[in-house]
Amino acid sequence: MTDQHQAAIDVRNVVKKFGNFTALENVSLTIRDNEFFTLLGPSGCGKTTLLRSIAGFEQVTDGEIQLFGDDIADLPPNKRPINTVFQNYALFPHMSILENIMFGVEMRGNDKAVARTRAGEMLELVQLSQFAQRKPSQLSGGQQQRVALARALAPQPRVLLLDEPLSALDLKLRKAMQLELKAMQRETGITFIFVTHDQEEALTMSDRIAVMSDGKVQQLGGARDIYETPDNVFVADFIGETNLLKITVDQIIDGRAHCQLGGGHKLTCNEVQGIGVGTQVHLSVRPERLFLSTQPFEEESMAATVIENIYVGTDVQSIVQLNDGPKMTIRTQNSELGNKAVFDLGTNVFVSMEAGAARLLHG
Amino acid sequence: MATKNFDLRSYKGFRFLTILCLVILYAPLVIVTIYSFNDSKSITIWEGFSFRWYIDMFSGPESAKFKLAAWNSFVIAIAAATIATTIATLSATSLVRGGMFRTRTLSLGLISLPLMVPEIVTAVATLIFFNTIGFDRGLLTIVIAHIVFCIPFAYLPIAARMQGIEDSYEQAAQDLYASKFQTFTKILMPLMMPGIISGFLLAFIVSLDDFIITNFVKGAGVETLPTAIFGSVKQGIKPNIMAISTALLAVSVMFVTLSYFVSKSEQKD
Repeated sequence: MTDQHQAAIDVRNVVKKFGNFTALENVSLTIRDNEFFTLLGPSGCGKTTLLRSIAGFEQVTDGEIQLFGDDIADLPPNKRPINTVFQNYALFPHMSILENIMFGVEMRGNDKAVARTRAGEMLELVQLSQFAQRKPSQLSGGQQQRVALARALAPQPRVLLLDEPLSALDLKLRKAMQLELKAMQRETGITFIFVTHDQEEALTMSDRIAVMSDGKVQQLGGARDIYETPDNVFVADFIGETNLLKITVDQIIDGRAHCQLGGGHKLTCNEVQGIGVGTQVHLSVRPERLFLSTQPFEEESMAATVIENIYVGTDVQSIVQLNDGPKMTIRTQNSELGNKAVFDLGTNVFVSMEAGAARLLHG
Repeated sequence: MATKNFDLRSYKGFRFLTILCLVILYAPLVIVTIYSFNDSKSITIWEGFSFRWYIDMFSGPESAKFKLAAWNSFVIAIAAATIATTIATLSATSLVRGGMFRTRTLSLGLISLPLMVPEIVTAVATLIFFNTIGFDRGLLTIVIAHIVFCIPFAYLPIAARMQGIEDSYEQAAQDLYASKFQTFTKILMPLMMPGIISGFLLAFIVSLDDFIITNFVKGAGVETLPTAIFGSVKQGIKPNIMAISTALLAVSVMFVTLSYFVSKSEQKD
């Protein structure tokens, strides 16, 4: 392991209960130093609870949270060298922008002059120097967002927590901020832990993503890993769009699972550990990895009928009904070339998939 | 059904009732105010406009008595309002921010109880209490009694303000290395300030105007403005009382207005 892969935050068997409700169920994960880490999941999945436990706003019921090797689970928030960008920014309304950013530096024991210099640098970093004397209410949402970021970074925390900080911004601004945040993480070298329910945002920004639901980590990996090789039905369904098909594994030969789709359709895909012959499981294929043709492209191409074409700008989404089988969605890129693979409603077509596109799933 | 629009103003007699209520409420005040400018020794016959009773207030035969009473009233009101506001601020902090502790509902009830107990009962009880413990009646007993009934008046605007402050500010402060005490003094207090000022002004005016409790617990010879006015009126209403009452009314209106605007002012933040 290189130094860069040292653990910044080590969450070990953390349990958090609110009365009878278990918000975190034995969560363990390691966040490396200097990485952009995202906790992704639907609301109520426990991602915010985990973030607040790391910040110190929640006392964990059981388990350990280590910061660079030191157990911090019992420290109050003001004793943890971790800062948070809050969802509603929580800028102090009675203080100027400059005072807001100085606050943390001063509270950490530096004198006013040091705090002022540091705050000045931060304002320059987020390009808001001309607003130093304004009150937070006089800034736009995007500007307030950057002040919140500057305020949290000013005391030079070892880890920065971001609790859905972009959710209040409009789409254009959000996209711009995503790139800005990623660039800032790379420049400062501080570990960022980002919470979001927006899978696209997570894929865009993160080095690694922990997909959570029901208080558990469902999968941890890079953007490509969780998108292309999801571990279970929840992850496949939550990240992007997918065709989830109920199948039965017929036989496994040379690491290839031969599956039965119903209606006589057959598919072959890579074997997945723990899924044996005869079991009813799910198979996931991304719509963009499928294509249509009027003649069978290969042996396993499946006969179907086009029942819907939806134009969504970048792509055309075709919904087809497999003969005696389920429906499937196919995405074809909206281009000169791609348009030749879009067929009128009612056309009899064949659905084929790219090699390695299908994935067997537990659950 | 002629119309679905049940506008209250469309009811017959609504306008009349409204005006009647306003007249009953405010006519006496208006008349006292007008007659305080009357250039006459009579309180009912108008003889022309004059400031003579306002001049009398400062230099007339009764002026010494009233000046002392006014001074007492202000000292008592400031002392009682300051202490009551401090207690109310701390109470609001623990009741609004303290989570759900076991005696929370009970504490809330106890704080607002003085608003519901008939004042005369409080007055008698306080008098008996001071007598029982052998506390000599004087300025101090008035101040103590006033602190007690001022607390709920100071508490209500402070608690209301505090409920409007999201706790994320305090979390942000603690996240930025502030201790609990620093969070209170640097973040919570300044944000609560409009509520605190508003509470102080309300407590001040309630103390300034109080008659019943003051009359019971004051020592012999100690007068506040309301008890002095009452004492003077018992020997017949003189026009100077109208001038004094009008002045007191002006102070009250001013403070209540101020309190209202202070509590409104910074809520936009």
